[in-house]
Amino acid sequence: MSYLSLNNIEVIYDHVILVLKGVSLEVPEGSIVALLGANGAGKSTTLKSISNLLRAERGDVTKGSIEFKGRRIDRMTPAELVRRGVIQVMEGRHCFGHLSIEENLLTGAYTRRQSRAELRDSLERVYAYFPRLKTRRSSQAGYTSGGEQQMCAIGRALMARPEMILLDEPSMGLAPQIVEEIFEIVKDLNGKEKVSFLLAEQNTMVALRYADFGYILENGRVVMEGEADALRNNEDVKEFYLGLSSEGRKSFRDVKHYRRRKRWLS
Amino acid sequence: MQFFIEVLIGGLLSGVMYALVALGFVLIYKASGVFNFAQGAMVFFAALSFVGFQEVLPARFGLEAGSAAVFWLSFLLAFATMVVLGIATERIVLRPLVNQPPITLFMATIGLTYVVEGLAQMTWGANVRGLELGIMDEPIAWLMDDYGIGVSKFDLFAAGVAASLVALLALLFQYTKVGRALRAVADDHQAALSIGIPLQTIWRVVWAVAGFVALVAGMIWGARNGVQFALTFTALKALPVLILGGFTSVPGAIVGGLIIGASEKLAEVYVGPLVGGGIEGWFPYMLALAFLLVRPEGLFGERHIDRV
Ligand SMILES: Nc1ncnc2c1ncn2[C@@H]1O[C@H](COP(=O)(O)OP(=O)(O)OP(=O)(O)O)[C@@H](O)[C@H]1O
Ligand SMILES: [Mg+2]
Repeated sequence: MSYLSLNNIEVIYDHVILVLKGVSLEVPEGSIVALLGANGAGKSTTLKSISNLLRAERGDVTKGSIEFKGRRIDRMTPAELVRRGVIQVMEGRHCFGHLSIEENLLTGAYTRRQSRAELRDSLERVYAYFPRLKTRRSSQAGYTSGGEQQMCAIGRALMARPEMILLDEPSMGLAPQIVEEIFEIVKDLNGKEKVSFLLAEQNTMVALRYADFGYILENGRVVMEGEADALRNNEDVKEFYLGLSSEGRKSFRDVKHYRRRKRWLS
Repeated sequence: MQFFIEVLIGGLLSGVMYALVALGFVLIYKASGVFNFAQGAMVFFAALSFVGFQEVLPARFGLEAGSAAVFWLSFLLAFATMVVLGIATERIVLRPLVNQPPITLFMATIGLTYVVEGLAQMTWGANVRGLELGIMDEPIAWLMDDYGIGVSKFDLFAAGVAASLVALLALLFQYTKVGRALRAVADDHQAALSIGIPLQTIWRVVWAVAGFVALVAGMIWGARNGVQFALTFTALKALPVLILGGFTSVPGAIVGGLIIGASEKLAEVYVGPLVGGGIEGWFPYMLALAFLLVRPEGLFGERHIDRV
C-alpha cells in the first residue's frame, strides 16, 4: 500500500484557470521527496491540493484522487488532515507576526488534546531541534529574521506531531548557510522522528542533495521523475534547472538546444 | 473648575458606554475582517431578550418577580440566545460567503441588521420597556457634599462593569488556547487554517463573545434610556470611536470611547452656547473626520509589521 499518492489530479482556480493538468506522484513512508520546477509550475498548488488549503483560495481538485495511507483525503478539511498527521508549512512562512515565537509554537498544538506537561514536552522537543527559537522565544515573530521565521513555521508544524510535512520553499530568500542549516534539520527530523517530507523547491541543487526522490513539474505536468542522485547527474536537469552543463559555459548553440529540448519537455 | 471636572467625569463615564459597543465591533473585525453593521441590532436584541425573559420567567414558571434568581437566569438565557444567534449567523451568513470580498460581507451584515431587528420585535414585541439594575442614577453623596462635584452612581457602576469585562476579555485572549487561536486567526487566517485551526469554530466563538459584550452594553444602555428600538443607533455612536481608536484594537476602543465621551460633553457645554447648542450630536463625527486626515489607522490601530 502506498503512503501518500496523487493520481492524475487536475486543479482549476476560479472555475476557469487550469493549473495542474494531470499530476501523479508518490511519497513513500519515511522518505523525503522533492517537487521541483520554475516559478508558476504548480508546486505550491500541488501541496495545497493535498493539504486542502486550495479551497480557501477558490481552487478545486476537479479530477483524479489523493490518498493518504489508503484513504481518500480530497474532501477533508485542513483541520481533519492535520489531525491525521499531514500538515503544510506554507511558502513565505506565514508566522503570526504579533504573537511571540513561543505563542506561535503553541498555536501549532491546537488540534491536540494535551496536558500542560505534554505541551511543555512538545515545546522542549521543538527547541531541541531549533535552539535559536528558544533564545528568541518571547520576541514578536514579526520582528525576527527570515531564517528564524522559517524555523518558527516548521517548529509550529512539529507541535502538531505530524507524520508528514508538506514543506513549501523553505529556502526562499535565505542566505546559503541558513538554507543548509534548515535542510540539515529536515534531514534530522526525517531520520530521528520518522517524519516524511514532500518538499517544493526552486533551489534544485540543494533539494536534490537532501531528497531521496524527485519530480520535476513544468506547466502543471510532471515532466521528469527519478531517484535524487540520478536526477542530479542527469544532463538535461543539469542544464535546465541547475544552469550547468558538461561543456562548461553556455554557448549560443546550447541556448538553441535548450529551446528545442524545452519544446520536447512540455 | 468644579463644573469642568463634573462635565469631564460625566463625559468620560458616558464614553465608557460607547466603548462597550465599539468593543463588539473590534472583536468581530479582528477575527474575521468583517465590519459587523449588525452590532447595534445585537445590542437591542440582547437587551430586549433580557427584559423579555425577566417578564416571562415569573409569569410562566412562577418564579418570584424581581428576585436574584430571575435576574441571573434571564441573563444566562439572554446570553444563550446571543450564542445561538452567533452560531446561526456563522452558519447561514458567513460560511456561504467565505472568500468573498469584504464589501460583500459588509452588505450581508446590513441585511442581518434588519433580520435581527425584526426577529427581536417579533419575539418580544415592540413596546419600550424599563430595565432595572438596582443602581440609582443619582450623585454620589460624599463627592457632592465635600467637593460639590456631581458624579452619577450609575455611571460609575457602568464604568466598573466595563472595566471588568475588558479585563476578562484580556485574560481570555492572552492565556487560553482559544484566545491564542483567536489572535492567530486575526493575524493570518490562512496560516491558522494550515495548522488545523478551524476558522468556523473561531468565528462562532467570536460571535458568541461579541453577543456577550452586546448583552452587557444593552443592559447598561437599556437601564439608562429604556430598552427601545433607539438602542440600535448606539452602533452609530461607536463609529467615531472606532475611527479614533482603530478598528483592530481593544485598548483603542476603550480610549476612543473615553475621548469621544469627554470631548462631546465638553464641547456641548463650552462650545455649544457659541453656536446655539446641540453640537453633541455631530461633534464626535467631526472629530473622527479630522482624525482620519491625520492618522488613518487610528490611535492604536495595528500597523503592519513590514519585514521579512
Ligand atoms: N489563487 C489563484 N488563483 C488563480 N491562479 C492561481 C492562484 N494561485 C496560483 N495560481 C496560478 O497557478 C500557477 C501555479 O502557481 P503555483 O503557486 O502553484 O506555482 P509554484 O510552482 O509554487 O511557483 P513559485 O515557485 O513561484 O512558488 C501560476 O500560474 C499561478 O498564477
Ligand atoms: Mg510556490
